[in-house]
This record gives sequence, C-alpha cells and structure tokens, in this order.
Amino acid sequence: MKIGYYPGCAITKGATSEEYGTSVMKVSEVIGPKIEEIPDWSCCGASSAHATNHKLSTALSVRNLSLAEQHEYEEILAPCPMCSQRLIISQKDVQDDDVLKREVEDAIEMPCGTNVKVSNYLEIIKNYSMDEIKQKIKKTAKGLKVACYYGCLLVRPPKVLKFDDPEDPQSMDEIVRAIGAEPIDWEFKTNCCGGGFTLSRPDVVVKLTNDILEGAQEAGAHAIAVACPMCHANLDMRQKKIEKEYKRKYDIPIVYISELIGLALGLGAIGLGLDKHFVDTKSVVDAYT
Amino acid sequence: MGKKVGVFVCHCGTNISATVDVEKVAEEAKKKYPGVSYATTYKYMCSDPGQKLLRDKIKEEGLTGVVVAACSPKMHERTFRNAAVKTGLNPYQVEVSNIREQCSWVHQDKAVGTEKSIDLVRMMTEKTRKDTSLDAIKVPVTKRALVIGGGIAGIQAALDIADGGNEVILVEKDASIGGHMAQLSETFPTLDCSQCILTPRMVEVAQHENIKLYTWSQVESVGGYIGNFDVKIRKKARAVDLDLCTGCSSCWQVCPSKKIKSEFDTELGNRTAIYIPFPQAIPSKPVIDKEHCLLYRDARKKNIPPEDSKVCRKCYDVCPIAPVKAIDYAQEDEIVEVKVGAIVVATGYKELPNNVYGEYGKGKYQDVITGLQFERLASASGPTEGEIRRPSDGKEPEIIVFIQCVGSRDPAKGCSYCSKTCCMYTAKHAMLYKHKVHHGHAFVFYIDIRCAGKNYEEFSLRAIEEEGATYLRGRVSRIYKKGEKLIVLGADTLTGSQVEIEADMVVLASAMKAQDDAEVVARTLSIQYDKDRFFSELHPKLRPVESSNAGIFLAGACQGPKDIPETVAQASGAAAKVMALLSSDELEREPVVAKVDRLPPPVFSTCIGCFYCQRVCPYGAIEQEDIKARDGSVIKTVARVNEGLCQGCGLCAATCRSKSVELAGFSDEQVYAEINSVEFN
Amino acid sequence: MKIKINLNERSSDFAKEVEKRSGIKVKECYQCGKCTAGCPVAYEMDYMPNQIIRLVQIGARREALTSRTIWLCASCITCSTRCPKEVMIAELMDVLREMALEEGLANPSEKNITSFHESFLNSVKKHGRISEVWMLNEYKMKRPKTALQDLAVAPQMVVKGKLSFVPHNIKGKDAISRIFKKCKPK
Repeated sequence: MKIGYYPGCAITKGATSEEYGTSVMKVSEVIGPKIEEIPDWSCCGASSAHATNHKLSTALSVRNLSLAEQHEYEEILAPCPMCSQRLIISQKDVQDDDVLKREVEDAIEMPCGTNVKVSNYLEIIKNYSMDEIKQKIKKTAKGLKVACYYGCLLVRPPKVLKFDDPEDPQSMDEIVRAIGAEPIDWEFKTNCCGGGFTLSRPDVVVKLTNDILEGAQEAGAHAIAVACPMCHANLDMRQKKIEKEYKRKYDIPIVYISELIGLALGLGAIGLGLDKHFVDTKSVVDAYT
Repeated sequence: MGKKVGVFVCHCGTNISATVDVEKVAEEAKKKYPGVSYATTYKYMCSDPGQKLLRDKIKEEGLTGVVVAACSPKMHERTFRNAAVKTGLNPYQVEVSNIREQCSWVHQDKAVGTEKSIDLVRMMTEKTRKDTSLDAIKVPVTKRALVIGGGIAGIQAALDIADGGNEVILVEKDASIGGHMAQLSETFPTLDCSQCILTPRMVEVAQHENIKLYTWSQVESVGGYIGNFDVKIRKKARAVDLDLCTGCSSCWQVCPSKKIKSEFDTELGNRTAIYIPFPQAIPSKPVIDKEHCLLYRDARKKNIPPEDSKVCRKCYDVCPIAPVKAIDYAQEDEIVEVKVGAIVVATGYKELPNNVYGEYGKGKYQDVITGLQFERLASASGPTEGEIRRPSDGKEPEIIVFIQCVGSRDPAKGCSYCSKTCCMYTAKHAMLYKHKVHHGHAFVFYIDIRCAGKNYEEFSLRAIEEEGATYLRGRVSRIYKKGEKLIVLGADTLTGSQVEIEADMVVLASAMKAQDDAEVVARTLSIQYDKDRFFSELHPKLRPVESSNAGIFLAGACQGPKDIPETVAQASGAAAKVMALLSSDELEREPVVAKVDRLPPPVFSTCIGCFYCQRVCPYGAIEQEDIKARDGSVIKTVARVNEGLCQGCGLCAATCRSKSVELAGFSDEQVYAEINSVEFN
Repeated sequence: MKIKINLNERSSDFAKEVEKRSGIKVKECYQCGKCTAGCPVAYEMDYMPNQIIRLVQIGARREALTSRTIWLCASCITCSTRCPKEVMIAELMDVLREMALEEGLANPSEKNITSFHESFLNSVKKHGRISEVWMLNEYKMKRPKTALQDLAVAPQMVVKGKLSFVPHNIKGKDAISRIFKKCKPK
C-alpha cells in the first residue's frame, strides 16, 4: 500500500519548518511506510480560511483529498496538524452536508474526496512503524527527559479527529519511550500556544508559550518534542523573546518527534535539520549514544 | 445502702482520646469519686464488645448505677440503657456524660480536655447516685386518626391510613376537597393534567368506608394527648342538607347572583352565590355564600332570621327534593366531638397575593397575574377554557414575561426562603404558553434555576432548548404600563446589560407562604412553627414528619414549600407513622415527666395554685385539679401534670415559685448534687 | 448596554439565524462558564466566550458581531472539547467572524488579525500555496506598525534558509483562483 504525502506549506523546502518535512522523509526511508507526495497539492486554507469563510476553507481542503483519490491513495499523511485537522473536518463537513458537498464540487471541479483516510504523523508511526523502530534503533538517549507537547490540533475536536485522549494524550509519549528517551508527565500537553497569532498578536503568543515553557521546565524537561510546525515556531523561534520578556532562562530545545526518531535510528543531525533550530539542539543530539 | 456506680470511659477511636486522657479520667473516678466501685476505658463503648463489657461488669461488680462517658446522649443513651436492661438494671440508672461534642471536639489542649472530662464525669456520677428507678408510662390508644386539610397531602394521608384498616376523619375548611392541586392545569415534570390524576383520589376518599369526610368544617379545639386526643370540629352551616341534596345543579343554575368572583378561578372567573367550587367537587353539593347571597344580605340588613327574608328564594323554590327540601336557610353551625389517637396536619399553603410589589403595580395592572392565576388560564376547566388570554381585553399575548422569585428569596419583602416549586412551574408555564401560542415569545427572568428532582433538570432545559423560552438572569426592577403594553425593566447579568421588554402579559412566580391562620392552628394543636410560620418538624433530617407534639404529624406545604411528589411522599410518611402508632393497644412513653407534689392532709400539696406553670407549658400538659373534702367541697385547686402530654421540658419546674413541681430523673436534689460536685478553683 | 425586546425586534431571530447557518445549538448553552474558564485568550477579550453565546441567545447581534472576542479566539477548540452541553463554541466563533465580515462589522481594533487572514488567503489565491515572504510582505504593508516586530528573527531565518524569496506556484493555480471566485461571500 502506498501512502500519499501532503506536506502542507509550512514544512516544504525553504519554509519556516522545513526540517520537519526533511526529517519525516528521512525517517520514512528507514522505517517506512513508503510515502509519495501528492502531485500539485495546494494549501488547505489553514486558520485564515476557516476563520473567515467556511465554504472556501472546505473547498481548499477537499481539493487535496480529491487529488489524493484521483491518484488512488487510500490514506494520506499530513504531518502538519493544522493541515490534518482541516482536511479531516472538511471531509466530515461534506460527508454530513449534501448542499455544501455540491457547492464544493462545483468550486473544485472534481468529485469530493470523501473516502481517503487522513492521518497525522503520530498515527502513521504508531500504526506502521513501531516494530521497525524497535528493530532498527541504533542509539538511545537514556535519561533525556522529553516533554511531549501535542498542542491543540492533533487532538481537538476529539469527536471528529478521534485521535488519542484530548486531555492526556499518550501516542507521542509511547514513541519517545520506544526510541529510548524518557517522556515526562506534565500538565501542558494540550495547552494552546497561540498558533496562528504569531504575526498578528505576538503578545498573546508570548504569554501562552511562556506558560508552556515554564510548565515543561518545572517538570524537569530537557527538551520539548512537538509534531506541529506552528507549535515549533512559537516555542523555538520566539523562545529568546519570551526569555527576555519574562526574565527567565529556558534554553529548552524544541525538537520534532521525527528528528528524535531520526537520531535514534543513527541519522545525522544536520541531515535531519537539527541545525535549523533557533534554540541550540546540541544537548539533545549529544544525549544520543 | 450506697449505690455502686461503674464508670465507663469511651475513647471513641481517637475522637475523644486525642484530646482527653481517658485512662486518667477512669483512674480519677475510681480513686476519688464517692460511690464509684469500678471504672474502666474502652475503644468503642457503643460497639457490640463495648456493650458486652458494660453488661458483664454490671453483673460481675454488682453495679447499681452506670455512667458512660462518651458522645452526646442523643446518640447512644438508648443503646447503653437497653444494654443495661438485659442485666436487670433499671434503664434510668444509666446516665451518659458527654465528653465528646462539648469537650474533646471543642478543645485542643489535652490537659484542659482531661480536666473538663473529669469534672463532667464527676457531676454525672453525683446525679447517678441519686437516680431513682423509673418505669415507662403506658397510655391506651384510640384507633382512629384525624387528618386536617383535604388537599393532596390530606387526601394521600387519609387514604393510606384508611387503607391500613383504621378509621379516618378528614376535615376540610372549603366546600370541596382537592386543595390547590385541583386548580392546577398540568403538572411537572410529566405534563399530565392535574385534575385527571387528582379526581380519582378524591372520589376514592368519598367512597372509602373508613373515611368520614367533613367539608366546610374546621377544627375548633384539640385536647388530650398522644393516643387520646379529644377533638371538636365545627361544621359550618352551609344552608344545604348534605343528606338530602343530590347535587342536581338546579339551584346554582337559577341563582341570580352570577357575578361573584370565583375563589377557585383565582378571581378570573365568576360563580353564583349558591355554588360548588368546581365541577368535580367532592362532595358535589353546593354551599351558600352568605356574604353575597341576596337573601342573607337582606336578612342582615333587616336584622331578621334569614328564613324570614322574602327577597329571593329561587334556590329553595327550584329544589326538587320532597317532601323536605335540601335547602335550609335556618341551618346552624354544628359542633362534632371525636376521639382520635393521632393527627395529621395537612393544612397547605397560601400563594403570595398580588398586592405586595409596588414596583410591579401592586395588583393594579390586570395583565400582571400570579402563577396560580396562570394555572387557571391554562386549565381546560378554567375561565378561558385553557386559552391564554389577557384578563384585561381577552387578547392573546404575543410577548409574555415570567418573573421568578416574586416574594421568595426577598428578605426586604419579608421572605428569605426559596419557594422551591416556582422554577419548575415557571418552566412549565413557558412550555404551556408555547404549546398554546405557537408564534408567541416567552421570557423568563430568574436568579438561579433550581430544579433538583427526578427528571426536573431535563424538564426545565426542555423549556429553553425545545420550546424556545428565553431565560434572562436577573430580577425585574419595574413594570409599568405604556398604552396597551406592559414595559418590563429587567437585567441580564450574564451579559451585564439592561433588558427592556414590551410585554403583553406578565406572570409572577409568587411565593408559597404559610396559611394566614397558621399560628392559630399551631396554638390549637400545641405545635411549634418557624420564623416563616411553617410548622416545625421535630428534627430536620431524622424526624421530618413528626411535629413537636407527640402523636401529631405533618404533611405537605404546611411544613414548608413543597411540590406534589414531595408532598405525597411526606403524606405517606406521616400515614406510616400514624399506622405504627395505631397498631398497638398501649403506648410506652419516656417517664421523664413533671410531677406536682402531693402530701398528706392537711397540706395536700405545696402547690399554691398560681398556675404560672400552666401558662408556660408549651404542650398544654398542666391541668387544674380540685382537691375536695369528703362532702365534695373544694379545699384547694392545684396543678396536675397530664403525663400523656408532658414532654419533660422542665419549664414548669423552673417556673414554679413554691418548688412543688419536679421533673422525674432531674430532681432538684440531683441537679444541685451535680453543681455542688464541681471543684471551683 | 441595553437590550430592547418588542414585537419588531425579537431576540430569538438572531439566535435562529446563527443556528440555521451553523447547526450549532446555541440555545442549549446553560451558561456554566466552563468555556471561559479554560479559554487561553479570554484575558484579552472584551466579552468572555460564554458572554458571546449569551449575546447570541438574547439577540444582541451588533454586540456579538462587533466584539473583539470573535477575532481573538485562537480556534484551539478547548471550549468545545470540554463543553458539558456539547455546544460547538469555537465553531460558533467561525460563523460569527464570517457574519461580521459579510456585514462589515469586524472590530477595527483587531485589524491586525483580519489583515493577516486577508494576506494569507491572497497568497494562497495567487500561488496555490503560501509563500511566506510574500504573504509577510503584504501583511506588513497593510499593517506598517507591525513591520518592526519580527525583525529580530528575520536575519536568522534567512541564515537558516527558512525564508525563501521565490514563491512556489502550483500548476493548478488557476483552479485555485476559480475556487476563490466560486466561494466569494455574498
């Protein structure tokens, strides 16, 4: 079975979170599953579309599902949770509303892709690659305490996404455990980082991310693992500013779960994109032996 | 021979022992208290092994008095006394010294707690040394019950007691039984028609062979005591002979006074001067309203006997009963005397009248009505046959406003309590309104929505979610008239905004108040009532249907605001209590009662006959007794305590100026012995 | 604020309109406040989330649509997730934003947020995907006051290769602009 790959704008080459995309691809080459980029995919519309125009938001997302179905993918991987959440919600909306479905089909000039399964990155790893990880693991990071940060979009709305426990998710923790690091129990796993307000209301983002960083630090985290480019951007790129504003020292590397898997598989840190982070990731890289 | 007292000090786990050195208390008792021949401690005296210890030591040590230093006597006095009885010791030789509630629980310093416990136990030991053996008082039981009030509470209680095989006398002050429930349209939370579920119960009462029904009657006086009450009932003259009348309706059809405001229809409809309150009335026989009847008015004016007036005799003339007509203008009140063993008070409530809130117009706006008035509007048997129409012009209101907590939770208007039923009946009103006026808009002002009952929360949410009533959180400050509209000035505190509604009609969820004559009834029955004049239960949790007077029980809203299910449950509870009481031939009562001394001639009694005791006795237990010479002449009149009525409160003993009254088990000698044993330092 | 209710201005109409448009059962909210309790951005809002629902319930259309709150909602969906009555509050915010834009009522104090959404969607419309540099450029032109706020990170982004100046145009970008045309709000 081949899995369609929908990277989304934020993690493509040259974008803010390209290292997420790079590490996802690299890891997949080692432990599978095989993924293929959906030809000519387009933006899902993200928060800007759903915040202002429901029909547009639905059409922009469903276009990609329809493309995936045209290319006969039964399942697609959307590592960016903003994308996976929008794709899943939009698919459900057209499934539930015939009028909307007809309008969307008129706009995208294709039948709606109502059958293709959309999976986030944690789901893909859990469903296809856990055994592979166990077999191919080369290094472990014993004693590296990792705060798994899921954010909003992986788990909410739970009734639609049907993924993990929205108040205390465990999927990423299980993966971290499988690659020989130590997931910690902490209180801010699904708190909001301010997401899309990074440009328009940076003040809000700074406050929310400070809460998260403080929570992780108090719980003794050496690093925060994420699976979302927006969470990453807010926690990593803004960490200096947060430290300045709140007069605190965090210095907590923010790493993608795919990067952590890559390190455990013995892949090179630079190749995984760990040099692209704002907060130095050396301590994490060095923890792998 | 001196008494041999045993002292048993309870640890109560650590409840007592944490703040009281129990071993030291026992040691002190054994060493220093006169009369104490044995003392010990035990982890839990109330436990089975604790009680066994008590029994064993009474026997082994030959104890003739026992002090258990433990929790409040309210908790386990009976436990320890019953344990002692099994050894043959008189139960009143066993006393409890409370070293928990008023000692260990209120002190932190163990030295202080221990010292106080030592004092308390010593005091109780002194009392015990002077305890006399007492025997339970036995009184015979009259196997008949009186139920006062013929609303749903009285009906339920009467039926339950009668079904249990006991005779019941049901007294109702109105012309028909049914009470407020008969006035209601639909009932929450099921919306079944109130009359449809009530009238079968009313018919059952009428047909029950064990129930004797007195309507248009009132309890005049109650004497006697539990098991033996003497009751006088006044049957008010209704000017209709109930035995002869067949309820054929001819009389009220011809009555010329047709514009009298119907009490049953909350003055929204009219009735005649000779009338039955509503079609399903039990008994279905009329009564003449003498205030409005032309004949009686004429008789009063001319000061002649009514039967001599010739102004209008239409009802008499039309009455088809022969040879003696059922209409009897000369009929007079009649007093019936009955003996009963138990009484259920079910006198119900009164709706707060519509003239209390000046800011809501004090009743001057016809279209501002009370909850009960809305019930009549919504009722199929009501003045509009169930159509919601404004009293002023008969128009259908398109915007209706319901205001909750009118007279409830409003200390400034003299009522601090929650009437408990209004949240539910307002939700019901909003629902009924929407069922009847589909295009209408219902607004409800509330402070809280209190719907704690089975299926209640769901019901109230239905009004909002399914029927589309808009709930606004806030009180209404003012209602005033503007053209045909009523301007309602309210608030919605959830948005922090003022709300101004142009309404067509306003319904006030008026408070449930105690009946106007509640105090009179309470005095007649010697029962207590609270600050809001609702009758007081004996214990708010554990004795909810007993009044403060033994043998008198409470049911329904006379004890506090209640809805139908709760009323019926309480009425059945009261009935169960009555049946338990009537099931025995004799009653045993605690012998802790007062006694006025009797001495040999020529003194007879130190009582000087001032009867201060009679005035202070809350239970009417003090009687006057003539002490007569052989020839029948009265030597002196002295007080006597009716043991059946006396509750052992001791007020008479405290009041008596000649020290002639003593409370058994609490004699002056005992009390002084207790006080004198305290070491003051 | 004063809410006037009479036969011409019935409160229930706005609630009905919102319900019809969104399928969200606004009436079912019983105002427990749990949404407000858990909202990460509530401290910045002019109306608390529960008050927004309340405004809809009692028909305060203008107050709801001109509120800053609807724009400050971060769509984290914590409220909907924990709502005991399963009222989709976050989703309601989407609908209110949409209505506010249609009626020209969007609160000008949150222009940064609306401009960001516009710039974002313009970039999608033009290229089919987001070109971060060009989107940012448009946004900063629209909101010049924000121009300096992200300058601190910009050089580092360039160094790390995170700001690509060449927009990626997808092959089907004409199809995308047709989608925009067909989905234009009325």
